[in-house]
Amino acid sequence: MQQINLLLASLPDGILLGFVYGVAAMGLTLIWGVMNVINLSHGPIIALGMFGTYLIFNKLGVNPYLGLFIVAPIGLLLGILIYTVAVHRVINAPHLSSLLATFSVNMIIIGLGTAAFTTSPYNVDFNMGSVSLGSTTLLGTRLIAALAAIFATGSLYLFLYRTRPGKFIRAVANNRAAAELMGIPSSQILALSFGLGTMLAAISGALIATFFPFSILSGGGYELKSFVIGVLGGLGNPVGALVGGLALGVLEAVVPAFMETSWVPVIEFGLFILVLLVRPNGLFGAKQ
Amino acid sequence: MKNWKQYIGIIVPLLVVAGLMLYPTITGKAAARETAFTILKAIALASSLNILLGYTGYVSFGHIVFFGFGGYVGFYLLSVQGVSLWISILVGGISSGLLAFLLGKAILRLRGAYFALATIGVNEAMRAFINNIELFGGPIGLTLNFKAYQAYGGAAKALEMAFYIVAALAFLALIMSYFIRTSKFGLGLLAIRENEDAAEVMGVFAPDAKTWAYVLSAIVPGMIGVLFFFKNGNVEPHDAFPLHASIELLVMVMLGGQGTVLGPILGAFAYQGMRGYLVTSDFFKDIQLSVSGALLLMIVLFIPSGAIGWLRQRNAVLRRVLA
Repeated sequence: MQQINLLLASLPDGILLGFVYGVAAMGLTLIWGVMNVINLSHGPIIALGMFGTYLIFNKLGVNPYLGLFIVAPIGLLLGILIYTVAVHRVINAPHLSSLLATFSVNMIIIGLGTAAFTTSPYNVDFNMGSVSLGSTTLLGTRLIAALAAIFATGSLYLFLYRTRPGKFIRAVANNRAAAELMGIPSSQILALSFGLGTMLAAISGALIATFFPFSILSGGGYELKSFVIGVLGGLGNPVGALVGGLALGVLEAVVPAFMETSWVPVIEFGLFILVLLVRPNGLFGAKQ
Repeated sequence: MKNWKQYIGIIVPLLVVAGLMLYPTITGKAAARETAFTILKAIALASSLNILLGYTGYVSFGHIVFFGFGGYVGFYLLSVQGVSLWISILVGGISSGLLAFLLGKAILRLRGAYFALATIGVNEAMRAFINNIELFGGPIGLTLNFKAYQAYGGAAKALEMAFYIVAALAFLALIMSYFIRTSKFGLGLLAIRENEDAAEVMGVFAPDAKTWAYVLSAIVPGMIGVLFFFKNGNVEPHDAFPLHASIELLVMVMLGGQGTVLGPILGAFAYQGMRGYLVTSDFFKDIQLSVSGALLLMIVLFIPSGAIGWLRQRNAVLRRVLA
């Protein structure tokens, strides 16, 4: 009985968190789906998104949710820059090259971030009150973060399916050579996709910062979570990423009711390896 | 001695390691031994990784898991059971090899980026798992009683001995690397690297070959782990499975030239030297990570085959000489 109460209390929280995880993973999986690159600079960009919220709220005094409209375009431009400088030359090289290229970007960002912010934890002191639902209390910040995550997903979906550049992205993901023959400027589309992926990472970081403390190094943990979610949902499948995010959020809420919290990562990564082995296309199918 | 040139590919690497081993005695400084220890450790680990990465073409992002796992098993024997260092090192190496065998049977079926992701997962899962195991001290880890060093003639003597063991392990890693490279088994690995399906058609039984390459690349890291934690006197989950150390190894192999015997040595040398310089320099010490990152990016973008690979492409004589 006690476990059920605990579950009821933690489950809604886990689901809300899952949406935000899902957005981070969507960025990773979009980049993989379009250009078969695993972006190892994902974590530091999530961390930069967190510091974006910090700077906007603590230094400029702007509401963090309005701040998203500043963080997102910066994330997009940063992604396009990273693609142009680091990824474009190795896009057709073996995987090791693109993994190491994005990892070197990771090192550069962490190095500069450490010099600017040190590695000590930061906190955004922002409160949106809370909503009580029976035995469970939902923090306002998490509720809005989940709504923002759903909004971001919806926008991405509309962009990919209803606009011309979005259709170009899907065409390039489907078959780059054929897309080029149809006159699609593939290099620009790849840069745009990479930008969108990092934009989603920055947005999720900006949202996470409203309810968790963070440091320049905390992106790494969310990057690993994004890998797990991406694999659960099928690498290259943005909708699968959202579902995978929810699954992970629920898992993180359910497991502590039955065993020590420190077992959560064991189960997460165990599941990750298992899904990779048994269903490498993810539980919900690969890219569409 | 007419065809000594044929063996230059192994003579040069061995001379480098021998030079490193004698370096502290020649300079007579205690700090020199620490530096040489770090470089020798890096050489042994990078050369081991090269068997899988350079010869077989499988990118392992979590190779440090063998260092941590072997280290943990050996250190447990050493500190809790009171087994001697020699047997602990041996058992550490064997248990890493065994782990690699079991893992290899499962995850070597994955190719390309999927394999790389799986190795990251394995490393993180193992770290979290060890964190929960009471036998290994949970999140606090294990500590070696200071008295344990008495058996080896006191702490100072034990440290000196650890240095010579790491040199011996570096020799072992190199000799292994060279013999695999020049053997028929190694030829099969190189074929898998170029095209796994074609290699299978030509009669290389890829699943077994890959598994053995994985096992051989895991043994020395396990032994190094035991030795390293013996030298430090304690082991913690956080120190045993650092993901960034795995990636540093990849950088070393890449820097020197993957798939060559001399490459990882050169890479380990260059990387550790550069790090040592950046961390201590006044100008770079705050942004040393960024500078290393920028250098790595340059190498990946412009010299993807590494220093040795680049030299081999340029010069026909070197191509014959450098293994």
